[in-house]
Order: sequence, then structure tokens, then C-alpha cells
Amino acid sequence: MSSKIETKNLSAWFGENQILRDVNLKVEENAVTAIIGPSGCGKSTFLRCLNRMHELVPGARVSGKVILDGTDIYGDGVDPVLIRRKIGMVFQRPNPFPTMSIFDNVSAGLRLNGVKDKKRVRGIVEASLKKAALWEEVKEKLDAPGVALSGGQQQRLCIARALAVEPEVILMDEPASSLDPVATTKIEDLILDLKKEYTIVIVTHNMQEAARISDYTAFIYLGKIIEFGPTSELFENPKEKQTQDYLRGVFG
Amino acid sequence: MKSDKLQGFGKRKAIDRLMTVLSFLCVLVALVPLISMLLTVVTKGVLALNLDFLTQLPKAVGESGGGFGNAIQGTFIVVGIACLISLPIGIFSGVFLSEYGANSIALGVRFISDVLSGTPSIIAGIFSYTLVVKSFGSWSALAGGFALSLIMIPIITRTVEESLRLVPLEVREASLALGIRRWRTILNIVMITAKAGIITGIILATARASGEAAPLLFTSGFSNSWASSLTNQPVSTLPVMIYTYAISPFEDWRAKAWAGALVLMILILILNVGMRFATKGKYSWRNF
Repeated sequence: MSSKIETKNLSAWFGENQILRDVNLKVEENAVTAIIGPSGCGKSTFLRCLNRMHELVPGARVSGKVILDGTDIYGDGVDPVLIRRKIGMVFQRPNPFPTMSIFDNVSAGLRLNGVKDKKRVRGIVEASLKKAALWEEVKEKLDAPGVALSGGQQQRLCIARALAVEPEVILMDEPASSLDPVATTKIEDLILDLKKEYTIVIVTHNMQEAARISDYTAFIYLGKIIEFGPTSELFENPKEKQTQDYLRGVFG
Repeated sequence: MKSDKLQGFGKRKAIDRLMTVLSFLCVLVALVPLISMLLTVVTKGVLALNLDFLTQLPKAVGESGGGFGNAIQGTFIVVGIACLISLPIGIFSGVFLSEYGANSIALGVRFISDVLSGTPSIIAGIFSYTLVVKSFGSWSALAGGFALSLIMIPIITRTVEESLRLVPLEVREASLALGIRRWRTILNIVMITAKAGIITGIILATARASGEAAPLLFTSGFSNSWASSLTNQPVSTLPVMIYTYAISPFEDWRAKAWAGALVLMILILILNVGMRFATKGKYSWRNF
């Protein structure tokens, strides 16, 4: 196994408030890495540091390195926009573009990044919707507004939208937390399917979910990695006291 | 005990009804002058309205016939110039305030725009007079358009800013996370999402400017002929024409003023409906 992303002493701030403290983590290629931890521990911030979304918030700051395929994405002369095309993101609440059709939502990333070949765009839209397990449900109504879909379908639409720009890594910030159990199962099955082609990092506060779908799990508490390892080991045989407490539900 | 509860319930019901009736009455009070004005303009305006009125030049006093043709032409020209100036400035300022507005320059721009929107419209006329009329040495469509643009800019700026601010942060983040550049995100995602609000602002500003007479009195002025130059000839517009005819002592002139008012109202209605229709969302790029 080779690591796709490696963070080195990654720290992050909002103004004076330090959110992450020297996080060192390796994300394996074509695997699902889950980030768990109590609310406010820095899970989402960590995720947003991986595709340079954190710095978009006024007052936000990052130090340390994030190595993607051997290159530091925070290095000099690195264009964050190009990084975000390689590392896609799915958000907690489904957020399709409100005035756009299903087709436009999926094709937006391509079209607005300058892809003009119509045939290619159509092909990628179909392929992305298929990968996101949504094609069969929407192929008859691609011109319908994206927001008219159900919550679970909207989230899969957002996944298809992220896949369309052909990223290598997909970051997911509690993608199923606002969905019902059936929709959640679909998203989880989808994630297991997607890891064959993509490297996935998922933030979740649902420990069962992490246990079900991830290969590796990192437990973050107060901005620090407390424990990191293969999911089965971390859940069955946690080494740190804090991890044991968290898994037993003592806090969080 | 039970009857106490019911009594309280009855009282709340009564207050609820009273308030409903009150708000209904208020709506009526607000509607009465509006409807009566519309009816007056329509009934009095129709009398003098005919094809000649729309296409002919005004006739001299005492001659019958003639129309507001040049004023309709002039209104299109002057409001058109005003739009050409104010749309880019207003839209760009609105985008600046909403998307890049967390600094002291933005504070200044916002303040100036607020002051400008509270300025009496005749001041815009005086400003345009000193700036444009003086330097070109003549009343002109350009001077009128410039004066109207001063009224339109703050309205457009504010409505564009407000409607862009209504677009949720998540929509912007979704776009940026796709590796779409910031200017593209603003142009193709945020502004498209806020389209309805932006269009409303433009319509409001244009409608407001189309009905202004004060800033045009000494900028574009009054004329009895067709406009053939934008910079060195006075141009009639509907509001100024209505004003001139309405205060005249001649019965048929006053009738024409009513017809002019009706035409102005219809033009604004057409603008409103037309803009909405033309920019109605086509829900797909699939066949782009």
C-alpha cells in the first residue's frame, strides 16, 4: 500500500483560535480513511485543509505540509484551484446548485473549467451519475431541477458532481448525517464501491458508520490525532485510554 | 376551570379575528388610491390615445392632432443611455460589495451609494447640467441619460448586493470545491442563482428612471422635433412632455398629457413583463 496523502505537522487556526495541532497522518490510496471524534474536535477543519478550502474563511490560517503524490499542496506556486480539481469534496448538507437542472449540476464543474466538447461532457455526466448510483433514477428527467430530488438523491447528485471533474481523492464531511437510514445505506454502499477507483477520506460522528465502511480510522480529540490505525484494530483493541473512553461513549 | 380555559380561548380567537380584519382593511386602504389612480389614468388617457398620438410630432397650439411620437422615442433614447451607464457600474459595484466587501473601501462605497439613493432627483439634474450640458454647450439626450443613471446606480448596486448576499455560503463552497475559479463562481454560479433578484433590481431602477421628470427638465429638456443627435440637441421625454402639457391652459393638451401618462405606464408594464419573460430560467445547458 502506498500513501496518497500525507500530512506533516499540520496545524490550523481560525484567528487566534488553534483548531489543529501538529497533525501527522497518512491516507492510503484506494482505501477509506475515517476521521472520528467529538463535535468541535477539528475533524471538518482537518478535511478542509486537505483541499485548501480552510483558507477561504476570513482569518483562517494553516501551517505544516500536506503531501499529495509527493508534492506539498501548500508549497510555493501551487494553485489551490488545481488542487481542488484533484481532491473533490462532498458536504454535510446536500448542496446542489439551486437554479440548475440535474444535468447542469453534474456538468457545471466541467463546463466552468473550460471543457467545451459537448459529447465528452454528456459522456462524463452519464458516467458520473452511474458511478454515483443515481443514473437509473434520473435518466428520464435530466432537465428537472436538482433541488427537486429527495435529500438522499441530492447527496448522490453532489457526489456525481464531484466525480465529474475526475478527482483522485474524495473528501466527505459527514455525508450521511442529514439522511434517513435507507438513504444512508445507499451512500455507504456507494462509498465502498467508489474506493476501488478513488481515495476517500470521510469525517463522521457515527462510529458504527466508520466501523462499517472504513479501512483506517483516525481518532481526533482537541485538534490532535490521539490514535490512528486499521479500523478493526482501533475499534476492537484501542491502545489509548481516550480512544477507549470515546468508543465506550464516556464523552463526545 | 374548564370554562376559564374556554374563555381565554374565546378571547384569543376574538383578537385573532380583529387583527385579520384590521390587516384586511389596511390592504384595502392601500389599494384604493392605487386602483383609483390606475382607473383615472386609463379612462382619461384612452380618450386622446390613437395611432397618431404614438407616431406623430406635437402640433403647434390651436392645431388639432399631433402626438407624443418624439417623446416616446426620446424616452427610449434617454433611458437607454442611462441603462448603458448604470447597468455595468451598478452591477459591478453590487458584486464588489457582496463578494469583496469586507474592507474599508467597501464601507465608503456603501455609504456613498446610500447617500446617492437619498439625494433628491433634481440634484442629479443640476449635477448633470454643470457637468454635461455646460461642457457640450447644449441640452442633450446624453445629459438626460447621465442624470438618470445617477438615480439608477444606487438602486441597482443595492439590490444586486442584497440578492447576491442571499445566495448561501454552501453554494459558493460547492463551486469552489469543484476547482471552479472564483470569478467563474461569482459569474456563473452565484449570479445565476441570484438572477431573479438582480433582474428585479434592474427593472425597479429602470422603471423609476423612466418616470423621472425633474432631472430631465434642464438636461434633456423639451423639443418639438425628432431626436437626431445625442449630444447637441434637446430631446423630449414622456415625463417632461406630460409635465409641459399637463400645466398648459389648453383642454386638448391636458387630454394628451393623460394619454402620455397611460403610454408611460404601459411601457413600464411591458418592460417589467418582457424582462421577466426574456430572462426566464431555461433549465438546461444540455443542448448548449
